[in-house]
Amino acid sequence: MNWRFIVPLFLTLLLCAFLMIPVGLSVTAGLTVNFFQGVESGLTLRWVAEVWRLYEGTIYLSLLIAVSCLGVTLVLGVPMAYVLAKRRSRLTRLLEELLVMPVAVPGLAIALALLITFGGFREFRMSWAFILVGHVLFTLPFMVRAVLAVLSSIDLKGLEEGARSLGAGFFRRFFQVVLPNCKSGIVAGSLMVVTLSVGEFNLTWMLHTPLTKTLPVGLADSYASMRLEIGSAYTLVFFLMLVPLLVALQWLGGPTSPRRRSSIDPNRRRRP
Amino acid sequence: MTGPGLDIRLVACAKTFTDGTRALEPLDLDIAAGETVVFLGPSGCGKTTTLRIIAGLERPDPGGRVVFAGRDVTPLPVEKRDIGMVFQSYALFPNMDVAGNVGYGLKVRRIPAVDRRRRVAEMLEMMHITELAARSVDQLSGGQKQRVALARALAVRPRVLLLDEPLTALDAKLREELRIEIDRLLRNLGITAVYVTHDQAEAMALGDRIVVMERGRVAQVGTPREVYLSPANPFVARFIGTLNVVSGEAADGHLHLPGGRLALNGAGSIPASGRLSVAFRPEAVAVIPLINPGDQPHPDGGLIGTVTAAFFLGDHIRLVIDGAGESAIVALAPNHHRFTPGDRVHLAVDGGAMPFAEG
Ligand SMILES: Nc1ncnc2c1ncn2[C@@H]1O[C@H](COP(=O)(O)OP(=O)(O)OP(=O)(O)O)[C@@H](O)[C@H]1O
Ligand SMILES: [Mg+2]
Repeated sequence: MNWRFIVPLFLTLLLCAFLMIPVGLSVTAGLTVNFFQGVESGLTLRWVAEVWRLYEGTIYLSLLIAVSCLGVTLVLGVPMAYVLAKRRSRLTRLLEELLVMPVAVPGLAIALALLITFGGFREFRMSWAFILVGHVLFTLPFMVRAVLAVLSSIDLKGLEEGARSLGAGFFRRFFQVVLPNCKSGIVAGSLMVVTLSVGEFNLTWMLHTPLTKTLPVGLADSYASMRLEIGSAYTLVFFLMLVPLLVALQWLGGPTSPRRRSSIDPNRRRRP
Repeated sequence: MTGPGLDIRLVACAKTFTDGTRALEPLDLDIAAGETVVFLGPSGCGKTTTLRIIAGLERPDPGGRVVFAGRDVTPLPVEKRDIGMVFQSYALFPNMDVAGNVGYGLKVRRIPAVDRRRRVAEMLEMMHITELAARSVDQLSGGQKQRVALARALAVRPRVLLLDEPLTALDAKLREELRIEIDRLLRNLGITAVYVTHDQAEAMALGDRIVVMERGRVAQVGTPREVYLSPANPFVARFIGTLNVVSGEAADGHLHLPGGRLALNGAGSIPASGRLSVAFRPEAVAVIPLINPGDQPHPDGGLIGTVTAAFFLGDHIRLVIDGAGESAIVALAPNHHRFTPGDRVHLAVDGGAMPFAEG
């Protein structure tokens, strides 16, 4: 052991503590009988149950929106990244810049713009699809960027020409060569999109109606109007939901290189 | 195993890129079925462009046509042309293992899995990479990658194989080894092959015919022998092998040079007198070490010069000789001789000196 190892280790631990202690405290607060008396007052799941009773709907809605948002950004974002990677022109570069706008512009401003534009369509305004549109606007750039980064780092043109020379038409090579080779970007983008969508507050707060509350909006609600313990228990629920979701996504993405897979079973046929 | 290749005809194929680059002047070329044609030329001369036009990866300018076995394939994209292609960058699919790569073309053609496996095994065997079947392609060496690329291109039994500098990224020894293997393959398969390289040794070894290109134009088309022994112009002569060019005054059937005189009996159309350049290959020079300081050039023609550098290359010695001509002359000597810089040598140029008009 020397300093070059110990110092970074210490800094890392310090940073972890800095991030984790408040989270840990909040979670414990959600499990204690009375926060002001501290843990001595005893531990309970009462607040968690309460949260579930009051906010079950927001949790489902958040998941629904996140998954739909992921679906939409995949369907729109991956082909978009592909086009941007293939055609490097002034137009595509402009498009790329435009895509970053929703990240730079405050969520509230986007929400306002959406309200002004679509506020008149009552049915739409009242449905969760309205929030979905906001989330897609906000998360799409992250998907496009993540996929584009991978597409520009591989020899896309070479791979496609290789596939073409073997007789593969457009759809075949898109699904069998292009997509599998930017899987790591798709997984990274998906993680980003789901996390952002589940945690999004600014936009959502502006766009929601009493019937279309998502988890973070509910959380703000409970902090504002309920006992502190309920708010904290809510945080706990949030974590219990998000962490398995992210792990599942990572796992679905699988090992990003085919190495491990092929060394396990050489004859296994790949999914198209 | 693969059916006989088909013949290819290029008619007035020119290529101007959208940015205005004229990569290829109108090119006409007939490639016979089963023939191996090598495109050779310096960087940027349009070799890859020509190959890509044959492949269907580029369209020739309007008016140009690509004809496969009498059928005009100009409008067909590469995926419809039934060709095999090997790229300098290999272009293997990282998401598939070696067997997956080799079998991809068969999968595209909807060959049943059983036949596909058999064919893949056959190809791996042919390229001596059977043990690599389950490897991921980024675990392969350069030579192994190129073997996989060849196996992949040949698995679908194409009637035309196009190779763009397939060996350039490899080291010298591997290049030689694979070159011999490719040569054997092309001969055995009887496939029509177009091979692009800027390495003249490779071109000589592989080509039935060589197309020497210069700045988007064909400089010469011929067998390796023709291109080497009777180059059409100074560019070809210089590009293929080493060429000595000497200039002097021609008089009474000899060319007079600082180190003596050369007999001009080689070619008929040489003017009897006046300033003249001739060219000859290093191997046309017979080198004899001189011992006595007073030695004179041979009366029938010969030059005396001084060795400035001698490179022992194993099978022969490469000499650079000053003082015989106005500029240095390169000659080859058998490897049992010993030369050190400063040695005086006698040079006799074997009848094959070529008249040489520098452009
Ligand atoms: N897509 C393109 N757009 C514009 N110019 C191009 C394009 N591709 C090639 N060129 C130009 O066309 C000319 C011929 O290129 P080509 O790739 O055929 O050369 P090459 O003989 O294969 O050279 P090398 O040995 O370096 O591979 C070059 O001047 C090159 O810059
Ligand atoms: Mg090239």
